[in-house]
Amino acid sequence: MTPRSRLHVPSPPARPGQEPDFSYLQLSPAGAVDRPDVSASARDIENLSLELVRVLDDEHRAVGPWDPHLEPPELQVALRHMLLTRLFDDRMQRIQRQGRISFYIKSTGEEAVAVAAAMAMQPGDMLFPSYRQQGLQVVRGRNLVELMCQCLSNTRDMCKGRQMPIMYHFGPGNIFSISGNLGTQFPQAVGWAMAAAIKGEDHIAAGWIGEGSSAEADFHYAMTFAAVYQAPVILNLVNNQWAISTFQGFAGGEHRTFAQRGPGYGIPGIRVDGNDFLAVYAVTQWAAQRARQSAGPTLIEHVTYRAAAHSTSDDPSRYRPKEEWRAWPLGDPITRLKQHLIALGEWSEERHAQLHQELEAHVTACWKEAESYGTLTHGPFLDPLTMFDDVFRDMPPNLQHQREEMRALLEAQRSAAGAEAEPHEAHGTPTRAHEG
Amino acid sequence: MARMNMVQALNSAMDVMLGRDPRVVILGEDVGYFGGVFRVTDGLQRKYGEHRVLDTPIAEGGIIAAAIGLGVNGLKPVAEIQFADYIYPGFDQVVSELARIRYRSASEFHVPVTIRTPCGGGIRGGQTHSQSPEAIFAHVCGIKVVMPSNPYDAKGLLISAIEDEDPVVFFEPKRIYNGPFDGDPHKPAVPWSAHPRGEVPDGHYSVPIGRAEVVREGAEVTVITYGTMVHVAEAAVRTTGIDAEIVDVRTMSPLDSDTLCRSVCKTGRCVVVHEATRFSGYGAELVATVQEQCFWNLEAPIKRVAGWDTPYPHAFEWEYFPGQARIAAALKEVTETE
Ligand SMILES: Cc1ncc(C[n+]2csc(CCOP(=O)(O)OP(=O)(O)O)c2C)c(N)n1
Repeated sequence: MTPRSRLHVPSPPARPGQEPDFSYLQLSPAGAVDRPDVSASARDIENLSLELVRVLDDEHRAVGPWDPHLEPPELQVALRHMLLTRLFDDRMQRIQRQGRISFYIKSTGEEAVAVAAAMAMQPGDMLFPSYRQQGLQVVRGRNLVELMCQCLSNTRDMCKGRQMPIMYHFGPGNIFSISGNLGTQFPQAVGWAMAAAIKGEDHIAAGWIGEGSSAEADFHYAMTFAAVYQAPVILNLVNNQWAISTFQGFAGGEHRTFAQRGPGYGIPGIRVDGNDFLAVYAVTQWAAQRARQSAGPTLIEHVTYRAAAHSTSDDPSRYRPKEEWRAWPLGDPITRLKQHLIALGEWSEERHAQLHQELEAHVTACWKEAESYGTLTHGPFLDPLTMFDDVFRDMPPNLQHQREEMRALLEAQRSAAGAEAEPHEAHGTPTRAHEG
Repeated sequence: MARMNMVQALNSAMDVMLGRDPRVVILGEDVGYFGGVFRVTDGLQRKYGEHRVLDTPIAEGGIIAAAIGLGVNGLKPVAEIQFADYIYPGFDQVVSELARIRYRSASEFHVPVTIRTPCGGGIRGGQTHSQSPEAIFAHVCGIKVVMPSNPYDAKGLLISAIEDEDPVVFFEPKRIYNGPFDGDPHKPAVPWSAHPRGEVPDGHYSVPIGRAEVVREGAEVTVITYGTMVHVAEAAVRTTGIDAEIVDVRTMSPLDSDTLCRSVCKTGRCVVVHEATRFSGYGAELVATVQEQCFWNLEAPIKRVAGWDTPYPHAFEWEYFPGQARIAAALKEVTETE
């Protein structure tokens, strides 16, 4: 037979009903990877894109050249941020299940990716997240009440009811508005960083993209612009193994690591254990230092696992083994930092339980307050006429006319419905989309 | 005949075509193993294999470009874009390539690609899961643009689209995937099984592209609409008691202006309804066409009822949605004009 070409279709190591198998992952022992000088050229440090920077070892010690040597109080703050992020996520998921918000996306298992990065950067650095880095908001001091109000589309919603839940923005905290369209933020982060360089400021930018979304052209734009202008930017690619139902092989991860794309563009690529707080912190700090001293951009691949469903519209048991997350070889970021603190003699199970309880109570109190500003079904409600604001700075005539048309319509409905009618009625949520 | 909702009818269309024509391939994000986020391709990969039903990387530009390459090399690709709101990364491939390859090569090359994509709001999807961008595509010369309003048409039109030798962008109003939504979110959902157009043949049949349909006959006024709004308009007509004729456009491009204008010349009055934003919306084309061909028969100015000229807001989707009340008001205004 003459040889013929044959289409290769990537296939994940395990589907529902099969044994989870993570043997495809290349792991390095903790402490095994060299930490080059921040001025090293991309060409000389290509090994970083193949190996895996890890600091916490199996005995919960911090080892090797990447240990950022943080003081215990800082580690305790980190633990607190990560735990709060998780408890917030859990609560919002439950609230969605009760039908009180329309949608939610958790970051379970990926808390270190956001929390460590935000802690390793300066408050003036600009962040361009995807929808799965709520830890950034927590570190930057965003009150949970405000996040909840956004999810509720209520009278205190920062987005004035215009966005689906989790599409936050935080101007004063230097976190950009989250888009539902995948990948768009990545090259925008590069543009922001270019402006900082043009203006001669020393703030840098960071962007986050999922490994699945790295297939979008936006990823290539970001890498090219970052490389061409040596922009002061950290490009974080969060490889959580799954993009809804497709595994990372469908984004090109079967043949090379995602970090290896960096050297192809002339950008250092580093693969880091995304569930190791200390490793993510150290790598971010290294990349930030490079950016700040004009050594250029860095691509960081965070190797992690999406432990929860893609979103509240998703059911992962349809496409991956139900218990796959248990087999994830890099563990849980919160448990690992907790064990490290315990090993240092700076933490205990009792203190952890106490913190857990305290943060749960905090989340409950925040939720109570948030609900008092309204929900989708119970007042107070935003004024629907505000939907015409902010399309432009100055409202053009067509929108002015339409706003008046709607005002008349609402008044007519109100008088028709009689005195007992609410100005804005309750709406049930009909069929839900699966996704995101 | 079987009872099918729109998801099942679309699935059946692809099933029939995969079975009949070995050139047909399906591709898109999550369409293979998982069967699509709306389950429209459910079971097709299991039945036809991984080389006929392909999961793709998340890259709409890549999906559409690859579909063009597949089509140029003799296959008949049916690409799914997960939400119409996410089609824009592939827009250049649609406008500059897909739509013009036949023209620029004087028909030496042609691209029989179908792009399926769910559109429209009413599912609390906010601005990135609710858009109706049909006008943007109808404006492009060289692609056909289709939007069915019921399971029977959905299957028949999708089969026509796949069999077409020219590219078709096929919009699926997702609010009516499971039932004919009449615009009132407080009412319990009605399934397609209770609707005559929920009756769908199991096998092959087609509904021609480029043909509108009169779905309700009437004498006083013509409502020209499509997609979800067909059902909302029917309900509005019922509540007003006005004897309206309703025309389901079904194909935005090429437009069946004869059917539309025959109706308007008969009734002398016209209301155009769509969910998409009003300014430069598809309604503008409809109104212009009707005006050109029916001017001497018109007894009142034509009215448009459409989404407001803002992005689709999450909290106010029902204030945004051009529901029964706005259609009824327009019907009254147009029929009361002397
Ligand atoms: C341009 C665009 N295409 C498709 C989608 C639908 N969608 C939302 S999330 C998602 C998967 C993203 O996976 P990944 O980038 O790996 O990030 P993760 O969700 O795993 O964090 C898809 C396909 C979208 N939001 N935007």
